[in-house]
Amino acid sequence: MQVVVDMNKCKDHGQCVFAAPDIFQLDAEAHLTYVSDPDESLRADAEDAADVCPLQAIRIEG
Amino acid sequence: MSGTRTRRVVVAGASMGGLRSAEQLRAAGWTEAITVVGAEPHMPYNRPPLSKEILAGKASFDSLALTPKASTADVEWRLGAAVASADLNRRRLVLDDGEEVAFDGLVAATGVRARRLHCPGPTVGRHTVRTVDDARALVDALGPGSRVAVVGAGFIGCEVAATAVGLGAARVTVVDPEPLPMLRPLGEPLARELLRRHAERGVRFALGHGVTGFAGADRVTGVVLGDGTTLSADVVVEAVGSVPNTDWLDGNGLDLADGVLTDRHLRAGGLPHVVAVGDVARFPNARYDGVPRRVEHWSIPTDTARHAARALAAHLAGGAPDPTPFAPLPTFWSDQHDFRLQSFGAPALGMADIRVLEGDLTGDTVVGYHDGGTLVGVVALGGPATAGAAARHRAQLVRQPLPTA
Repeated sequence: MQVVVDMNKCKDHGQCVFAAPDIFQLDAEAHLTYVSDPDESLRADAEDAADVCPLQAIRIEG
Repeated sequence: MSGTRTRRVVVAGASMGGLRSAEQLRAAGWTEAITVVGAEPHMPYNRPPLSKEILAGKASFDSLALTPKASTADVEWRLGAAVASADLNRRRLVLDDGEEVAFDGLVAATGVRARRLHCPGPTVGRHTVRTVDDARALVDALGPGSRVAVVGAGFIGCEVAATAVGLGAARVTVVDPEPLPMLRPLGEPLARELLRRHAERGVRFALGHGVTGFAGADRVTGVVLGDGTTLSADVVVEAVGSVPNTDWLDGNGLDLADGVLTDRHLRAGGLPHVVAVGDVARFPNARYDGVPRRVEHWSIPTDTARHAARALAAHLAGGAPDPTPFAPLPTFWSDQHDFRLQSFGAPALGMADIRVLEGDLTGDTVVGYHDGGTLVGVVALGGPATAGAAARHRAQLVRQPLPTA
C-alpha cells in the first residue's frame, strides 16, 4: 500500500491525523508529514484519512 | 436458480453523500446491485472550493472530482435525472424523465439546494453558489471593477465576499439582517472580530437590514434594503441558506419538516429499508442531547453514510443494526482572505459561556464554548497554524463521556 498526498492541494487541515495517527502527523510548524508506505494493517485508517481530507488530496494506491 | 433475483439499493443523490453511501454499502458487505441517481449531470464532486479556490481561479473545475473507491466499480450511475417521487411501501421511484426504478433498500441523499430570495425585481445578475454550474456562472460575472452585493453573512457569503475582494472587485458589500457576520455559528466575540478582519481587508457591510427587493429593469442594478436605501451592484450573490430536497418523498408519511427525520440509525419513518444521509438527514447525535438536527458540515455525508449503510446492509442481510450509538464529532472550517476558522464540537450548545482559551481575539486565537462549565466546542481563528490550534482541544471534546441513552 502506498499513500500519496498531493502537497499542492494539502492545506494542513489535519483531519487525516485524527483518522490515521500512525500514518499522518502535523509537525511543529503544523505542516503535514506522513509515512508513504505504511503497514497493510493500517489500510482502513488510511482509507478513512483519504475520505475525510477536505481537499481530497490523499490517494491510497496498491 | 429460479426464484432468485438480484436485489438493488438505490441511492437518491449523487454528490459526496451518495458516493460515500455506495462505498460504505460495499464496505458493509452489500454485494448486490447499487444504482446512484443524481439530478446534476456530473459525477460526484467536492463543493467547498466552489466559493474559494474555484471562484478565485486558483483551482480547475476538473480538480473537484471525487475519486470513487474501486469497490464501487460496478455501481450504476444514473445522472442528469432527479427523483420525482417515491413510493416507499411499493419500493419504487419515478425519475423526472418518467423512468421507474425499483429498489429493495433506499438511501435518501438528495442534499439541499440554495434558498432563493423571493422579492420583486429582475433575476438576471443574481447568483447562488451551490453547484459547479452556479460557480461557472459566477466566475464569468465576477472580475476586477465589479460591484458585488453578497446577501447573507454566513459561511458562503463571507467566503464569496473574501474571494471577490481578492479578485479586485471595486466594491464588495455583505448584507444581512443580523448585526454581525456568522453570528449564529461563532457567537458574538468571534463574529465581531470576523467583522473587523473583513473590514480591514476591504469588505463592506450593511448589517441589520434584510433585502426587500432588487433594482433594475432587465438585469439587477442594485439591492433594495429594509431601510429603503438601495445598494448599487452589478453582481448579486444570494447566500441565504438552503432548502432540503425532500419534495420527492412527499406522500409517504415521513416527517419532512426540516429534511428527513431519522432515528439514531439514520432510518426514516421507522422503515428499516430507508435511510437518510448527508445534508438532508435530520438525525439525533448521541454525543449531545439527542435532539434531531440537520448538520450541513462537510464531514457529515461521510459520517452518516458509514452508519446508515451499516444499518441498511444489516437489515437487507436479515439482521439488526449495530447498537453502537451514532455520535459524530462535528467539525467545520472556513477559509476567508488569509485566515481560517476551524471548529470542533458543538459551539452552538455553549453560546452562554464563551471564553478565549488561547491567544487574543485580534491575533491567532482559540475560543471555547461551555455548557454547565464543560467545554462543548472550540473555534480557532488565525493563520496557518489554526487547524492545529483547534486540534489541541479536540481530544478533550472526544473524550467526554456520552450521555447514556
